[in-house]
Amino acid sequence: MPDDQSAIMVAAPQDTVETATIIMRGIIKRFPGVVANDGANLEVRKGEIHALLGENGAGKTTLMNVLYGIYHPDEGEIWVDGQRAAIHSPQDAIRLGIGMIHQQFRLVQTHSVTENVILGLKESFFFPERAARKRILELTEKYGMKVDPDARIWQLSAGEQQRVEILKALYRGAKILILDEPTSMLTPGETKDLLNTLRRMTAEGHTVVFITHKLEEVIEASDRVTVLRQGKVIATLETAATGESKLAQLMVGREVLFHLDKKQVDTGPVVLEIDKLSALNDKGMTAVVDLSLEVHAGEILGIAGVAGNGQRELVEAITGLRDATGGRIAVNGQDITHVPPRARIERGVCCVPGERWTALIPGMSIADNLILKNYLQPPIGRGLFLDRAAIAAYADGLIKDYAIMTPDRRTPIKMLSGGNIQRALLAREIACQPALLIAAHPTSGLDVGATETIWQLLLAERERGTAVLLISEDLEETLSLSDRVAVIFEGQIMGLFPAKDANLEQISLMMAGALRLPVRSTLRQAQGSAYLAGEPA
Amino acid sequence: MLEFILSVLRAAIPAGTPLLYGTLGEVYAERSGVLNLGVEGMMIMGAVSGFAVAQTTGNVWLGILAAALVGGLLALIHAFASVSLRVNQVVSGLALTMLGLGVSSMMGKKFVGQPLAARLQPINIPVLSDLPLLGELLFRFDVLVYLGILLVPILWFVLYKTRLGVTLRSVGENPSAADSLGVNVVRVRYMAVVFGGMLAGVGGAYLSISYAPAWIEGMTAGAGWIVIALTIFAIWDPRRALLGAYLFGGVRVLQFRLQPLGISPNLLNMLPFLLTILVLWVSSGQAAKRRIGAPAALMTAYAREER
Repeated sequence: MPDDQSAIMVAAPQDTVETATIIMRGIIKRFPGVVANDGANLEVRKGEIHALLGENGAGKTTLMNVLYGIYHPDEGEIWVDGQRAAIHSPQDAIRLGIGMIHQQFRLVQTHSVTENVILGLKESFFFPERAARKRILELTEKYGMKVDPDARIWQLSAGEQQRVEILKALYRGAKILILDEPTSMLTPGETKDLLNTLRRMTAEGHTVVFITHKLEEVIEASDRVTVLRQGKVIATLETAATGESKLAQLMVGREVLFHLDKKQVDTGPVVLEIDKLSALNDKGMTAVVDLSLEVHAGEILGIAGVAGNGQRELVEAITGLRDATGGRIAVNGQDITHVPPRARIERGVCCVPGERWTALIPGMSIADNLILKNYLQPPIGRGLFLDRAAIAAYADGLIKDYAIMTPDRRTPIKMLSGGNIQRALLAREIACQPALLIAAHPTSGLDVGATETIWQLLLAERERGTAVLLISEDLEETLSLSDRVAVIFEGQIMGLFPAKDANLEQISLMMAGALRLPVRSTLRQAQGSAYLAGEPA
Repeated sequence: MLEFILSVLRAAIPAGTPLLYGTLGEVYAERSGVLNLGVEGMMIMGAVSGFAVAQTTGNVWLGILAAALVGGLLALIHAFASVSLRVNQVVSGLALTMLGLGVSSMMGKKFVGQPLAARLQPINIPVLSDLPLLGELLFRFDVLVYLGILLVPILWFVLYKTRLGVTLRSVGENPSAADSLGVNVVRVRYMAVVFGGMLAGVGGAYLSISYAPAWIEGMTAGAGWIVIALTIFAIWDPRRALLGAYLFGGVRVLQFRLQPLGISPNLLNMLPFLLTILVLWVSSGQAAKRRIGAPAALMTAYAREER
């Protein structure tokens, strides 16, 4: 980026100077092999909530990272409050009154809230704990954000951690706040609190830019919205003058069907039976507590809840990666509580884990990743050797059937896009013809198109008669895919009900641990529903 | 018997002093996220250069200063490799240790067998050193011993009660958080690693200038490795470093004191390392329970613009 003095003297374009607090002009940012921002223009007015809408990979985060000085644009200019700004680092951005809350929180887990908030400030040699704590309490009061300044970060929920991030920015005098996917880890209740806080801030003269791919949030919270697609700005609109379907069309570039073709399926016998299961997390604390569940053949049971409430431990206990400290797990009537993972796979337990790279080997080819579950059996494994011809045929078949976009089967799997990696993973797991398919966060980080495919694959498995255990943080996904929904909080099931009877308010209370439906009545409720009619009570 | 115990205790403090310096330095380096396995190399280079300078100039203090500089210089190589070039920290640290052992034996050839002319005099702390029993035990060491002890509360205070300390710990826990708040991660890591190297150098110099006082090839005899273990035992806390260093100092002394009792010297030579394994085993369990472990970013290089 040329940075000559004459450019600094030039005033901002006249028509926008009065109202705009940020103007970004012709921003181009290239990464090896991709143009993340391709001449993007953005104009944000003072005191507004401005939504940045786009699919994954549309360049929203990159654009904001450029504004915050994390990335240096290859071309383009930035104006802040009518002045040409050269932002070379986050410090420059902070000096200009810009604060950014990243999607992945940048907090030191073992430190206190106060320590995190004042990290990097150069006011004195000593650690001014008392003064800082007072200031933090003032800010939390003013904007309605409850946080204990002495708590350690690891003790806080995602919502509270986000408040710490916001406090960090406010403490540094940020007038312009950028939030990257701020609601992705929040419960519905926390989301409401956040939006309230943001409104209080704009009322005080702050400006908010938030990145999202959720249409309803744009409609609910923003004054204006800028839509990005493939690195380009498609449009900037007054939110009041637009609607969800219009925005969706702009975002995806075609019409989107918000409809899932979910066929009526008769449920079969119980496949997965979990009885009073308990398990510990990595720190040795209880993560799953006396949890009981049943999943039938041909149904999708969705587990809703905020991440970190025992979902991972539950999945790992079922797949055999974690010891159950109590209770019993059975698949098709056979007790698998203490058998090794390989034996569980042989009994038809297949799993798409939440962290993709725990199930795939990044540097190995697609073909080798696809055979990771069945390389021991003929025709692929023959005694000590692998049959390369059989592997090629098998892999090419899956690549074709699941429409995995790849140059060929020998490409290292890490080179693929997120959607294709996920498709390959699902292909491998489904190809084993599982009795039980566990899908944890199967569409997290995927764009609309890829999400649609994954959903269809899961529904197809349901129709085939597989018992599907779906774990997701995306409530919409859980409710639209599942036949029954269980809400998990601190390793316990807070309620279990047919998806069609779902009550959003109740669910969000359950997700926050504020409501627990008695287990008996939920069972009766579930069994009394039309869905399970015909099953013995 | 009491006599025996007291004599072991009295000797444990000087024997633990080089370990204390090394561990305090390594605690700071690792707190910034850089593992330095070159402690052994830095200590032995500190020992040889400290002795050489003290012997040639006749000034012990110049020797100690030289040792600190040499230790810091070696650490600078490690910082450059692991922070700037982002080389694997283990490899770079091991290289430093091997380099130090080799170069020191070459440099020290002509000093072998010479007794040190100039000496550090023990300081008898007035009044306290005249106390019966305790006076003999605690208050008649030379200045490096007291300086080491004094460093413990100072380094603890800096680490936990000052802005510098919060910055240092944050860089070792989550460099991208620190970076996003305007902390210069690279500079903090360089400073911590070099400071650690300087302390290791002084620790080595204590061996050749005060403890021995002479230059013996390979005289650190694995002390640098014990430092690495002690850092873990200390749970990266200067206060526990003191405890650990003197404990190991005591074991080192026992090694010599038990020999006349007819216990095989080979067996006794294993003692510090057996204890190391024991200590690592115990402290890893403790750390897990208290949810304090290694700095989260230990051994990871940091680069900003990565996608």
